[in-house]
Order: sequence, then structure tokens, then C-alpha cells
Amino acid sequence: MALGTNLSLPATRKARRRRGGRDADQRLFVAVTLVPTLLGLLVFWIYPLANGLLGSFTDWQAFASSREFIGLDNYRALRDDPVFVKALGNTGLYTLMYLPLNVAIGLVLAMAVEGSGKLRGLFRTVYFLPVVASAIATALMWKWLYQPSLGLFNQILDLVGLPTQSYLASTTQALPSIVAYSLWKNVGLTMVLFMAGLNGIDRSYYEAARVDGAGRLRLFWGITVPLLRPTLVFVVITGIIETLQVFGPVFILSSVGANSPPGGPANSTMVVAVYQWAVAFGQLNLGYGMAMGMVLFVIILGVTLTQARFLRQSWEY
Amino acid sequence: MDIRVPAGPTGLASRGAPLALDRPDAVAVTRDGRGIRRLERYLLWLLLALGAVVMVGPFYWMLVTSLKVRQELLQYPPTWWPAEPTLANWRALNDLAAGSFSLFFRNSLFVSSTITVLTLLTSAMSGYVFAKLPFPGRDRLFWVVLSLMMIPFTVSIIPSYALMVRFGWLDSYWALIVPIIFNPFGIFLMRQFMFALPGDLLDAARIDGASEFRVFFQVVLPLSQAALAALGILTFLAQWDNFLWPLVILNDPDKFTVPIGLAQFRGRLGTEVGPTAAGSVLAVLPVLVLYVFAQRRFVEGIALSGLKG
Repeated sequence: MALGTNLSLPATRKARRRRGGRDADQRLFVAVTLVPTLLGLLVFWIYPLANGLLGSFTDWQAFASSREFIGLDNYRALRDDPVFVKALGNTGLYTLMYLPLNVAIGLVLAMAVEGSGKLRGLFRTVYFLPVVASAIATALMWKWLYQPSLGLFNQILDLVGLPTQSYLASTTQALPSIVAYSLWKNVGLTMVLFMAGLNGIDRSYYEAARVDGAGRLRLFWGITVPLLRPTLVFVVITGIIETLQVFGPVFILSSVGANSPPGGPANSTMVVAVYQWAVAFGQLNLGYGMAMGMVLFVIILGVTLTQARFLRQSWEY
Repeated sequence: MDIRVPAGPTGLASRGAPLALDRPDAVAVTRDGRGIRRLERYLLWLLLALGAVVMVGPFYWMLVTSLKVRQELLQYPPTWWPAEPTLANWRALNDLAAGSFSLFFRNSLFVSSTITVLTLLTSAMSGYVFAKLPFPGRDRLFWVVLSLMMIPFTVSIIPSYALMVRFGWLDSYWALIVPIIFNPFGIFLMRQFMFALPGDLLDAARIDGASEFRVFFQVVLPLSQAALAALGILTFLAQWDNFLWPLVILNDPDKFTVPIGLAQFRGRLGTEVGPTAAGSVLAVLPVLVLYVFAQRRFVEGIALSGLKG
């Protein structure tokens, strides 16, 4: 399509000249916009990506002047690295604990808040509050809440006569404790997405079903859930992408002692992103870290595609 | 008003639910009636209020902790309000082992707002080109930009770090700002929004002899306020809270941003919980104030961010 076709004036000489000027003018705008942007994307996105992919097949070290091609050695080493295997398992465990709870609580909250009448706006504001708050600040405060002797959680348990827990200091409770924090932080966003989804459902479906004598559970499983499918697919897929790369909450919440590295105690909260950080920026072993990133990327891609297909199919009518 | 991202040729937008955020009672799961229904609603309010206490509780505790003297922090049972409120913890923030909090705060403000302004500019201009100014190969190019959105940070962070090493940008704000302002998601968002702008209006301005730059700045930008606000809030929030990238780049405590400055407390809560709480309040406060004033835009902006996944 020619650029000037939008001019409906007769093609007098003056108009043609103007149109020529118009073309040059638009080309200038396109150039001024795209030259820096494309250059930026090329330098800061595409080049590093290609460089990193190659790097995962080398003994790439930060600040080293050269790197040697070592084939699949990094990937083989990952397979035999007990910490990486543990980190991969923990990442999966974290996702399996976090995601179903996040979806379930988010959906229940969305329906409850939608049905709360004139307090709807207030509740939405309050439940969304942690979503906008700084992740590092809130994680630090939760760490203090979890503190075994002085933290509020144990003090409340003690006041009502229940046994106190060791939370982040325990190898079995640490990961679930981080999951609890993440749920508190993010469930408001899931709720808002589901509320938007609920608002998109035509009221007449419910009325028709009610006339046919459908009960509430029937309405929920027969109308609400299937019609929320796009939101559900969206929440699950973005959730997987996020949780498989979880870093900040684990980094803050997991280091219990003054100098203990993140991922503890005894690697019980070590996740892939944290291990990658330690390897790449602690030991400066970029090639090995990059191989880790690639493994995670392939897993994310695989899980996302499978999940999308599964969620799309299972409720087809 | 609500933002609906028009489904583009990518089919991506269809993944996100339209954000119709303001239709109260559009789905009344429990419809207000009489008797049992009313009782049900009160019960619902009670349950939601309990949940609300859980959501707000940690913020309250953060504030109370920041106002307590050291002795009171170690006390059992805990006090729900400080017996003798003190600002000592707040003053301690400018006397840290590394750096000072007013500096972190200024650094964060500078970095986050610079990135936000520049991201809005690059995203809006590129979005406009991809939406309204055709040239050969444009749509293929847009696909390339789109595909960059799919790259997770676990893949990009190491090679980006290596590039910063090569540029000599370690420990500098260049590294924090420049790579971030070219934002495929921002370009995508603005392009989808501007695609729906009426072409007649732009043509009218052009026929009146306005240059393309004037059309962009005086017609397109004002019409795109809703999208700009959403992207702006999203970018600012993400940068105010950005942790991993500055953690990797910054070394000098005088250059720390708030999250990095705060993170140094992670292993010292036992001895320094008062200042930690004060710093956390400072990190949370500006965003919460903005949130209360521009609530709807916040919710929209953040909800849109999911689209980039």
C-alpha cells in the first residue's frame, strides 16, 4: 500500500508535491525511530542471546580473554551435579505447591469479592496491596515474622498454646514457608485476573441454567469454570514461567545466618535461578551457568506448550 | 475506562482476558436477596475481612517494628503498638555499614524514572511505526521483536552481563538503564493500542500540513494516554523493584538502589530488625501512596504485564 493513498484530493501538481514531501517526512520518522530501537535490540538482546547459546558449549569464564569449545561437557556435568539435580527438583516442587494453591485461592477470592456487593472495591484494593509492594521489603518482613524465637508467627502460636515451628531454619519447612510468602504476595493479581474473566461471562447463561434448576455447584463447574478457561490458561502459563525462574523471595528468605549463602538450609531451598546466580556471578563460570539457563528454557517451553494444548483440549465442547 | 488489547495478527492478545474491571455485580455469585441470602453476605464479609487482616497484617507489623526501641523488639509477649515510639531506627538508616538510605532512595528514583521516560518514548515511537506507518518488511520485523518477548531472563542475564563487562559498564548506571529501555513488550503494547486509533484523525492532521513528528507528539500521544499510563506505571514499578540485574551489576554501595541496599540486611535481621523495618517501610511507601491515588491504572497496568509471558 502506498503511503499517500489516504489523500483523497485530486492529484494536482501541488498535491503531488505535498505527497512527495509527506513520504519523505514519514520515512524520516520511521528512520529516526527504528534505527536506534533496532540497534538497541540487536546489541542488547539478539547479540547476547547468540553469544550465550554458543557460550553454553564452551568453558566461558567472566573476564577471561578467550574461551574454548568443549561440546556438551557443560550439559553432561549438569546431569552429574547433585546440587543442580536438587535445585531442579526444588524448582519443580515449588511450582507444584505454589501454582495449584495460587489458582484455587485466586479463583475463590475472585468469586467472593465479586459477590461482596458494596464492599467489592475495598476488598479488591486490600487484596491487591501486596502485589504493588516491594518484593524485597516484604520478603524481609516475612523473614522476621518467621523468626523462630522473636517472630510474630511463633509468638501467636505460643500465646494460643500450639507448638512453635522452625519455618525457614528447617529443611522440610523452608520451601513451603517461601511458597506461603509468594502466595500472600501474588494471589491478589490472580484474583484480579479472574475477576476480569468473571465479568466477561454473560449473565444470561446463569439465568438460563437456574431456570433449568441447576444448583450452585453445577453453575460453578458447568458455566464458570469452562468460560474462565482463557483466564485459567493464561494464569497457569504465566505462573509456570514465573515460578520456574523464582529468584528474589528465595534469595532473601533462605539465607538464615549472617553469612549463610542463599538456598539453604542444606540446599533445601536451592532453586535453579539461585544456583545459576551462584555459579555465574559467584564462581564466574558463565558457560556452566548458561547451560543451566538453557535447560530451564527448554523445560519452560516444553511445559508451556504441553499445558496450553492440554488446557485447550480438555474443555472443548 | 478499561484497556482492551485488540487481538493483533499475532493472536497473542487473545491469551489475555479483556480487563473489564468495573462492572460491579456483573456476576453476582451470591445475589442479594432476603433472609438467608443476606446472612450469607454478612458471613462472606466476615471471611473476607479475616483474609484482609492477613493481607494487611505484615504491613502493619513492618510499621510497628520500625517504631519500637530495641528492648521492646525482644519482648514476649509482643506489644501490638510501641510503648514508647521512637525514630531511632529511621535515623539509623543513614548510618549503615555500607551506604546510606537517602542515597539509595535518590538512586532508585533517578534510575526508575529515567528508564520509565525513555521506555515510554522508544515504545510509543516504535509502536506507532509498527501500527500506522507501513514500509516493506515491517510485519516480519514486528514478528522478530515479538519473539524477543519470549526469552526468559535465565537465558539472557549471563550473556548480558558479559556484554556489560566488555563495555566496561559494570558498576555503572549505563548498564542499569540503556539495555532496559529497548523493551519488546512495551513496543508490542503500544502497537496494539495505536492500531485501533482512527486513521482519519491522523490524515486530517496531515492534510492540515502537520509533519509526522507533530502528528505523533500532538495527536497520537495525547490519544494514547491510557496505554502510556499503564505502561509507565508498569515500568516504574518493575524498575523500582528490580533486584537481580542491579544485584549483578552494582558493587559500590553509593550506587545501590533501594532493593539492593535493603537486601544487605537479609542475614542480619536478628541484630538490625528495627532499621530493616524502617527501610522496608520507605521502600513500600511511595508505591502504596501512588497506588491509592491511581488505583485503577495500577491494576490495569499490572494485569497487562501478564501478557508478556
